[in-house]
Amino acid sequence: MPVSTFPTAHTATAAAVPTIVVVGHGMVGQRFLEALADRGLTASAGTARVVVLCEEPRPAYDRVQLTSYFSGKTPEDLSLVEQGFMEQHGFELRIGDPAESLDREARTVTARSGETFRYDTLVLATGSYPFVPPVPGKDTEGCFVYRTIEDLLAIEEYAKTATTGAVVGGGLLGLEAAGALKGLGLDTHVVEFAPRLMPVQVDEGGGAALLRTIENMGLTVHTGVGTQEVTAGDDGSVNGMSLSDGSSLATDLVVFSAGVRPRDQLARDCGLAVGQRGGIIVDEECRTSDPAVFAIGECALASDGRVYGLVAPGYEMAQTAAEVIAGKEASFTGADLSTKLKLLGVDVASFGDAHGTSEGCLDVVYADSRSGVYKKLVIGQDGTLLGGVLVGDADQYGTLRPMTGTVLPVAPEQLVLPAGAGGPVTLGPSSLPDEAVICSCHNVTKGAICEHTTLPEVKKCTKAGTGCGSCVKVIGQLLPQSQDKGLCGCFSYNRSELYEIVRALEITSYAELLDSHGREEARGGEGCEVCKPTVGSIIASLAPTVGASGYVLDGEQAALQDTNDHFLANLQRNGSYSIVPRIPGGEITPEKLIVIGEVARDFGLYTKITGGQRIDLFGARVDQLPPIWARLVDAGFESGHAYGKSLRTVKSCVGQTWCRYGVQDSVKMAIDLELRYRGLRSPHKLKSAVSGCARECAEARGKDFGIIATAGGWNLYVGGNGGATPRHADLLAQDMSDAELVRLIDRFLMFYIRTADRLERTSTWLDRIEGGLEHVRDVVVHDSLGLCDELERLMADHVRGYRDEWAETINDPERLRRFVTFVNAPDAPDPSVKFVPERDQVKPDLDILAGPVLAIRTLEGTAS
Amino acid sequence: MTTQTMNGTMETAQDTGVIRLAAGDDWFAVCDRSLLTPGRGVAALLPDGRQVALFVDRAGRMYAIDNRDPFTGAYVLSRGLVGSEGGQPFVASPLLKQRFDLATGACLDDDEVSVPVFEVRAD
Ligand code: SRM
Ligand SMILES: Cc1cc2nc3c(=O)[nH]c(=O)nc-3n(C[C@H](O)[C@H](O)[C@H](O)COP(=O)(O)OP(=O)(O)OC[C@H]3O[C@@H](n4cnc5c(N)ncnc54)[C@H](O)[C@@H]3O)c2cc1C
Ligand code: SF4
Ligand code: FES
Repeated sequence: MPVSTFPTAHTATAAAVPTIVVVGHGMVGQRFLEALADRGLTASAGTARVVVLCEEPRPAYDRVQLTSYFSGKTPEDLSLVEQGFMEQHGFELRIGDPAESLDREARTVTARSGETFRYDTLVLATGSYPFVPPVPGKDTEGCFVYRTIEDLLAIEEYAKTATTGAVVGGGLLGLEAAGALKGLGLDTHVVEFAPRLMPVQVDEGGGAALLRTIENMGLTVHTGVGTQEVTAGDDGSVNGMSLSDGSSLATDLVVFSAGVRPRDQLARDCGLAVGQRGGIIVDEECRTSDPAVFAIGECALASDGRVYGLVAPGYEMAQTAAEVIAGKEASFTGADLSTKLKLLGVDVASFGDAHGTSEGCLDVVYADSRSGVYKKLVIGQDGTLLGGVLVGDADQYGTLRPMTGTVLPVAPEQLVLPAGAGGPVTLGPSSLPDEAVICSCHNVTKGAICEHTTLPEVKKCTKAGTGCGSCVKVIGQLLPQSQDKGLCGCFSYNRSELYEIVRALEITSYAELLDSHGREEARGGEGCEVCKPTVGSIIASLAPTVGASGYVLDGEQAALQDTNDHFLANLQRNGSYSIVPRIPGGEITPEKLIVIGEVARDFGLYTKITGGQRIDLFGARVDQLPPIWARLVDAGFESGHAYGKSLRTVKSCVGQTWCRYGVQDSVKMAIDLELRYRGLRSPHKLKSAVSGCARECAEARGKDFGIIATAGGWNLYVGGNGGATPRHADLLAQDMSDAELVRLIDRFLMFYIRTADRLERTSTWLDRIEGGLEHVRDVVVHDSLGLCDELERLMADHVRGYRDEWAETINDPERLRRFVTFVNAPDAPDPSVKFVPERDQVKPDLDILAGPVLAIRTLEGTAS
Repeated sequence: MTTQTMNGTMETAQDTGVIRLAAGDDWFAVCDRSLLTPGRGVAALLPDGRQVALFVDRAGRMYAIDNRDPFTGAYVLSRGLVGSEGGQPFVASPLLKQRFDLATGACLDDDEVSVPVFEVRAD
């Protein structure tokens, strides 16, 4: 039975609500507050008074993502506290007012402001402080630590006048700090006392692989040497370091990252038990030696004798303490120290007994210094997997870690060898237990799925995959694999292979491609709804280069397009269409706005501002599309390609011209880019945005290619995505001129179009292709494949060949013929397309379509 | 010149002529064959108001099924993409992509659903 120092929610009375004082509003402190709120222990609920003493000048933020400040995240972006959270729950947050002393007898905490708070329960969440080795000169101007936003602001400011930086410590955080210094343009050194980098996480071989990769990035690494002194120049600021091997290193700036120590001083001062090497001793309930005081997060020495320097165990402690304080049972007995990180773009993972300390264990190691890949599995005498280290390629982490403690189903060497050398055997979902739930919409287990052999069968018999559709990929992996990576039943090639075939052989007809390169059984047939639009898109992307018509509805190409492209508009649920004229960069004259308004009014269209800075007109019948477009084209509008797998919009913020913060003309750049890439057909839709400064009002990092202005030019970010699986774009290159930017985007887009799969956005493509962002950077920035000239030429061809599809259509009676509802009654409007009023506009009349409504087949492909 | 097959499909060697649909006891003339693009469909209106989706495949065979997509109620099947699987031609609904056998009207993705088929010929 847990001893509660605290009445449970329903027994508390408003008159005597107990007070919880939280010292430290860091990551774990905030999680603790959320856990209290979840359990109804709040002032608003009338069950507790909660006071939070926060030392830093801002509420809790994501320290784990601290470094992303240097890639454009603002301190506000990093905040962990949802707007209104404190007010909603009545938590009293005292920013910039740290606790200075505790009186356990009186149960009071005194803050720096002088105010004293009485507590019933005290929770210490004070985190750690960076350890600075006691070397002479450690306090010289130009020496920093790397823990808080304030530290980063100070480093950033100081780096403006520095050219060289050194990081003391080659562990996890040291490498992260080194990456940041490099990003600030400093010539960067890492000094590590141990003989290898990341001594805690990886073993010698892993450290060596990491070293090579990091050196290849242009950082200088000194291992096996200690820092003896920080030296100062005449002006009193840092000018170098002397090292234990007698050498010296000239540097303008030093960042100490030699580990962290628990902040247990408050606890020590008031006589709470602390560990020999620091850390406030707590039991499984996270209670200290005083039952009214809890300690959680990095300041605590957990009951398993460990101080955890990771956030996940801290979060578990926060949950445990909150649960116990609420009068329930909970315990924290220790956590897994497995880690998977992307350090400076290098995958590093370690799990279980990574160092092979168990008796009689064996290592199975694969190392390739050229590619910087190192993989080690630690295997027990009886064949059980005990742990491992993966550097450079950590894809198997997800499946290997859960298998720790079990005997591997295949020979371990098969798991570490690369393809072509007897491996790799990837342990996908096949290694999950039968009881694992695969489809959470319908609660279907792996066992139930594996009774079937095809996806349609699984869907029919178990319903798995018929809800949100997100499990379909895993189901596919569980079903018997045909080893067939082909696009569909008609082609054994994938999209990028077909792209190469079309390009090399200059094939301009789908039928020709199907009959010459299709699967034997598909040749001469009709093809299918998967490969037809895919090939249609490939031919359209390459049209000027292979000599096909650039007009997607010419000849046979017309038969390949999805219905949206076929009518150059977006099909709606009642069979009507929507129209989205292009509004480059979101900039539009009043005259043009008026035309859109008039057209919408005259044709009775529903009008809506889209999320892409333009205007969508809904509810046009097929036969109304040409007259509507005749008016729009006349007023200077072009197709917005809302229907195509092609460039959608390049959003802009108002930028330098008007905005007090702007540093470049983001509107002009957005318009230029939109006009350059309009009409470009691609594997999936392409979106872009340009922001005039790092405040990022255009949300460029949510786009396939996003541009953010800097004082020195433009930064290009790639691989961003909103939608179902959001992803922030990664920085590809910095501070480019207009011309450099455009050239790099040309290359990037053409490389994507060439190598991506069907319906693969840049985000998934970037995560899938071997080598990821680094590889793409090698190809498009450093021209490692010698492709750049060709990529640029392909784009130049596209830009030269662009014509507005709608202008071409309305000027050609032959092409206009398809825009009728009925082939035998061209003047008859579609009787099933009807509307009813709603909020002063119209909406589809679905009653006339009514009939049995049946389940949808799949999510994929439902979009234009 | 033409040979009528079961299930309302028929074959012809030329691409001129008038397409006709069986409507009651009559063959209702729809349009000239040349108005159809192989691999793509068009919608036709029958005198009684019914909507038919007409298709012609690469080999010149014609098919006619009801234009109403039973999954959404929208009259759009004529705007779907034509494909074939194991020699059997189908159309994929442009809305939610269920496939319908052009010869039988059966939905290939749901046993319980089908659409009516019409007899069609060209002369
Ligand atoms: C109209 C609009 C919603 C609105 O009223 O604001 C819209 C409407 C549609 N979106 Fe969207 N999306 C619209 C902005 C967005 C945005 C916001 C943005 O672009 O800034 C997103 C998230 C950003 C992103 O794409 O990364 C967005 C993410 C999606 C997705 C999910 C994509 C993903 O990668 O997860 C789909 C589905 C797909 O493409 O597979 C989708 C698909 C669709 C389709 C095409 C679905 C369909 O086939 O019917 C909708 C058709 C619109 C039509 O008929 O005209 N729409 N959609 C917006 C049009 C913007 C424009 O001017 O072109
Ligand atoms: C650059 C960096 C990268 C990291 N990367 C990872 C990672 O990839 N994965 C991972 O798991 N962990 C990572 N960590 C560690 C992670 O940030 C910590 O584990 C986590 O922040 C611990 O949370 P905490 O609340 O215990 O401590 P903190 O977040 O440090 O919060 C403690 C707070 O208490 C305040 N405080 C201290 N004393 C007082 C006082 N007397 N009165 C009032 N307030 C006080 C401090 O100012 C601080 O704000 C990283 C850390 C850094 C610095
Ligand atoms: S991103 Fe910067 S320049 Fe653009 S509107 Fe926002 S604050 Fe202004
Ligand atoms: S998880 Fe299977 S359909 Fe949603």
